[in-house]
Amino acid sequence: MTLKLPIFMDSQSTTPVDPRVLEVMLPYFTEKFGHPASRNHPFGWEAEGAVDRARGEIAKLIGARDPKELVFTSGGTESINLALKGVAEMYREKGNHIVTTAIEQRAGLDVCKRLERQGFEVTYLAVGADGVVDPEAIRAALTDKTILISVMLANNEIGTVQDAAAIGKLAKEKGIVFHTDATQAVGKVPVDVEAMGIDLLSATSHMLYGPKGVGALYVRRKGPRVRLAPMMDGGGHERGMRSGTVPVPLAVGFGRAADICREMMPDESKRLSALRDRLQDAILSRVDEAFLNGHPERRLPHNLNISFAYVEGESVLMGLNKDVALSSGSACTSSTLEPSYVISALGVNAELAHSSIRFGLHRFSTQEEVDFVAARTVDVVQRLREMSPLYELAKEGVDLKTIKWKAE
Amino acid sequence: MAYSEKVVDHYNNPRNVGSFGKDTPGVGTGLVGAPECGDVMKLQIKVNVETGVIEDAKFKTFGCGSAIASSSLATEWLKGRTVDEAAKIKNTDIVNELKLPPVKIHCSVLAEDAIKAALSDYKEKWAKAEAGADSGAS
Repeated sequence: MTLKLPIFMDSQSTTPVDPRVLEVMLPYFTEKFGHPASRNHPFGWEAEGAVDRARGEIAKLIGARDPKELVFTSGGTESINLALKGVAEMYREKGNHIVTTAIEQRAGLDVCKRLERQGFEVTYLAVGADGVVDPEAIRAALTDKTILISVMLANNEIGTVQDAAAIGKLAKEKGIVFHTDATQAVGKVPVDVEAMGIDLLSATSHMLYGPKGVGALYVRRKGPRVRLAPMMDGGGHERGMRSGTVPVPLAVGFGRAADICREMMPDESKRLSALRDRLQDAILSRVDEAFLNGHPERRLPHNLNISFAYVEGESVLMGLNKDVALSSGSACTSSTLEPSYVISALGVNAELAHSSIRFGLHRFSTQEEVDFVAARTVDVVQRLREMSPLYELAKEGVDLKTIKWKAE
Repeated sequence: MAYSEKVVDHYNNPRNVGSFGKDTPGVGTGLVGAPECGDVMKLQIKVNVETGVIEDAKFKTFGCGSAIASSSLATEWLKGRTVDEAAKIKNTDIVNELKLPPVKIHCSVLAEDAIKAALSDYKEKWAKAEAGADSGAS
């Protein structure tokens, strides 16, 4: 098989639409264009039927009892906003405290920051060196004012998967609503909102080979019935929780994508984790002082995050980016000029946060691609180390911590 | 982010990567930046103590592509200049030459700091030997 460049290995940012998904979407742009809320004619019935079938497929993928528990949104960010703000507003008289983690994705953290400005109190729990949140730390953080626990299911940088079932059990025991940002996990690892005691779950289509522009929020209807204040006022679509016309072609694509993921998951996760391990071994066996970030076992099958000591992440990407699409936790690749807060939260020193590279495999990744990327990464890291003053000092036996650095 | 052609060229073909022995006569070393900030530059000059002319320059940089390019360019510019001329290199010259975007200006500032640090280290270590030669040369 010939290698086609550039290679996409940034699947935590997005995934390509599966051709089988696109195929079922197309008729809903043209001949089946009806509005799903048009109750009085066949165009509307057809659209409504298609949206409900999609809802059912997504429900099945996450173990929801009733497809009605799924609300279509524009994507993960909106789902997270609706979940957190919706609970905060609806449960305000019950309390004003939210427990979350320091490694949530930006949407989760930014919504919490806004809620703090509105008078809510938020506890941002630290994670262990492996990125795992200790459910007992959550228990210890709860107060009689806590109305929401929001913990991501799988992290977008290090891929660490949290013990959602333990957190869900704790939430049930205390009668607190449990939201999980599962945008990275759904379709990749088994998710079961019943078995895991999840009350609210945010998901997005484009992370599981569906189209961009559509997501879903699972909202539990029974045991307990979770109520949300809507963010969007209008026609009362989606059981009043999200007004606005459901984008039928996108919803249909999301549904089909969920269906394919459910079917393929056992084989796909096995295949991708084998490729991931191959990539990891090829790199770690050839590069000294390269460190795996996140938990070695409790992680997404397609995710690999490595810090290469003494080289800066963006410079590694620059050496690869003509041929390989990757991402780094380096400050230079972020808009904030801060290194990755996720890698920093693991307690590793800041230099290693600047040096982290994230690899994301996907459905269409091949072994040839993995071998190529491993070899190129090793070459680039070695070349950069040859010109790294830190590597030189370390090789001379100088402890970098003993140097008085003159920062700008 | 798209890089300018010159940054890409310096990144792919860095000039003058390497090190001089720190105590070699005429060598001045500047080590600036900090690992936790994601940028460290080591810049060295080798000065002819007789003439005050920088005969060679080398660098090693931990940092992004623009930091590598800024220090690589600095070594090119340093060679052949006198110590006094070298002190006149400004970060804005580097910004203009490499067409650095605003978020990368700190890379050029660090390169200017590295030049200054190397020059002052040189003066500290070898100033006496240079003093006579310098007045003769000018």
